[in-house]
Amino acid sequence: MKAVKRLVAIVSISGLFMIGCSSAIKDLDDLESQADIGDVMEDTETGMNDIETAQGAGLNEPDIIEAHPLDETDTLLAKRVLYFDLDSALVKDEFSEVVEAHAGFLAENPNARLTLEGHADERGTREYNLGLGERRAQAVSQFLQLLGASSNQIQSISYGEERPADLGHDELAYQANRRVELVYER
Amino acid sequence: MRNFALILFLLLSSQTSYAVLQIDITQQAEGALPIAIVPFAWESPTTPVTERLDEVIKADLHRSGYFQPIAKKDFLALPTKGAHIQCKDWRIIGAENVVVGSVRAIGAIFEVNYELFDAIRCKSIEAQQFRVNASQLRRLAHQISDKIYQALTGQQGAFTTRIAYIVAKQIGEETRDFELQVADSDGYNPKTIYKSKESIISVSWSPDGRFLAYASFEHGPSTVYIQEVATGKRERLLKTKDQVSSPAWSPDGSKLAVVISRKGKRDIYIVDYQSRLTKRLTRTSSANFNTEPVWSPGGKHIVYTAHSGGRPQLYRIEVAGGRSKRLTFEGKYNTRGAFSPDGKLLAMVHNSGEGYHIAVLELESGAFSVLTQTTLDEAPTFAPNGSMILFATRDRKRGVLAAVSADGRVSQRFELKGGGDAREPAWGPFLIP
Repeated sequence: MKAVKRLVAIVSISGLFMIGCSSAIKDLDDLESQADIGDVMEDTETGMNDIETAQGAGLNEPDIIEAHPLDETDTLLAKRVLYFDLDSALVKDEFSEVVEAHAGFLAENPNARLTLEGHADERGTREYNLGLGERRAQAVSQFLQLLGASSNQIQSISYGEERPADLGHDELAYQANRRVELVYER
Repeated sequence: MRNFALILFLLLSSQTSYAVLQIDITQQAEGALPIAIVPFAWESPTTPVTERLDEVIKADLHRSGYFQPIAKKDFLALPTKGAHIQCKDWRIIGAENVVVGSVRAIGAIFEVNYELFDAIRCKSIEAQQFRVNASQLRRLAHQISDKIYQALTGQQGAFTTRIAYIVAKQIGEETRDFELQVADSDGYNPKTIYKSKESIISVSWSPDGRFLAYASFEHGPSTVYIQEVATGKRERLLKTKDQVSSPAWSPDGSKLAVVISRKGKRDIYIVDYQSRLTKRLTRTSSANFNTEPVWSPGGKHIVYTAHSGGRPQLYRIEVAGGRSKRLTFEGKYNTRGAFSPDGKLLAMVHNSGEGYHIAVLELESGAFSVLTQTTLDEAPTFAPNGSMILFATRDRKRGVLAAVSADGRVSQRFELKGGGDAREPAWGPFLIP
């Protein structure tokens, strides 16, 4: 929990920081691009110092923007995909920590906005899978709200089986496609 | 004989080079009726013509699964009108019925004579003359097929109807291409009605065959569009931020049933087509959802899929509201109902642990039968004469369409020439000529 508290500290500081620089923040919707800046992010301590410095020195240091907690790569908050069992909308135990981290972030950042994109594998009918994707997104939404996120911070969209993460047609692909993606508005 | 030889040189040229459905019979009905379709005489050999009417008729009847056309090489004579038919010539080769005809060009107009002859009783069943222009020849061939089918099976033919479906293509790593296409019931004359980078699903015909409704993901969340087939003009059904999908036109064309997800609850709504006023029909619990509405042919009931704890089943409710009645009890998964045109059968996607098959429920008796062996079947849609159920399935890695007769005796495969996955078929209504 110590780590979480520190995270919260960073969040509240950088939340202020974001107001001035939101246009300069890199669009990191694509999770792969986050890996590229992983090296910079490893030393959290340095990142924190930079933010504090930035607060004192003004808001014009572009390299420290990357210290935003949503940009970290090795945290629970960096995990943005939750996977589900066949025909199930139950959030699995193994993802509860991840959901907690996101709920904490949303609670601490009332201006943060999150879209939950629900997906299904290709088996069965498309409209049914659209409903199933929605149930999955709703299940995550309810979990987040129970843990302190506000309903107006979260919207859900279902894509059913229409946007597969894996284009294959085997069990591995099905597993990869039964998912909810957490997409922050940046 | 000269005419016959000439006709042999005339080739079908309406096939275009890109995605075209080619339909083959994969299982023919036992006891299919042997029929001889004699090459039509061509009485103006100087005018080029692109359609071989007798070939189109032969392919139609063969594809239906209820006819066994006899090979031309076995014919002992090539009559072009009923009066010239020697019945014994046809009985010898096992033909019970003979189709003869001729085409004569009069300027830009074609005069077509056709006659259906009973070789067993040795008498004409019906004969008719038509006048059409070149672009109507192929459709006329389908009309003649309809007449033969009706005369010999007692059921209205559906060869002149059209089908709509989606072609999905992967273009490189990230980009996909989705096309809503409409083609003749034999796969010819495919036309792209709408093209998108995002998925299109749940295609539904208006009862007059003029419009298609479908769900599109072009704005992100699903929205329902209505598009006029002839003009391409399209219009968003409901201007709402809610996710809307699964449109189904009422039999009288005045309303659509749709699925709307409002405040996280996905339910069936009825939309008045003129006023666009919506009325909620079902009330799901927050852990479940309702989807895939279809109208009974009489327009009184809606059948829909209700998800309850991962075990979806089909339910029926009156359009006026009231209590829902569960219809399906076989297996753990029954979705996407489709009524036969007479309202007696309900086709669906069924899974009892061995994959997703097309099954059919006889509503009055409760008799339930699984019709297919393929394992990833979806989106069943009846031909307007009830003869076949068209559906989407998977053949190795490709999405393909296939069809099965409601009695399971006949099956067809639709091959998409030119690549891509074919999916979400919708068989159009009979068109008023």
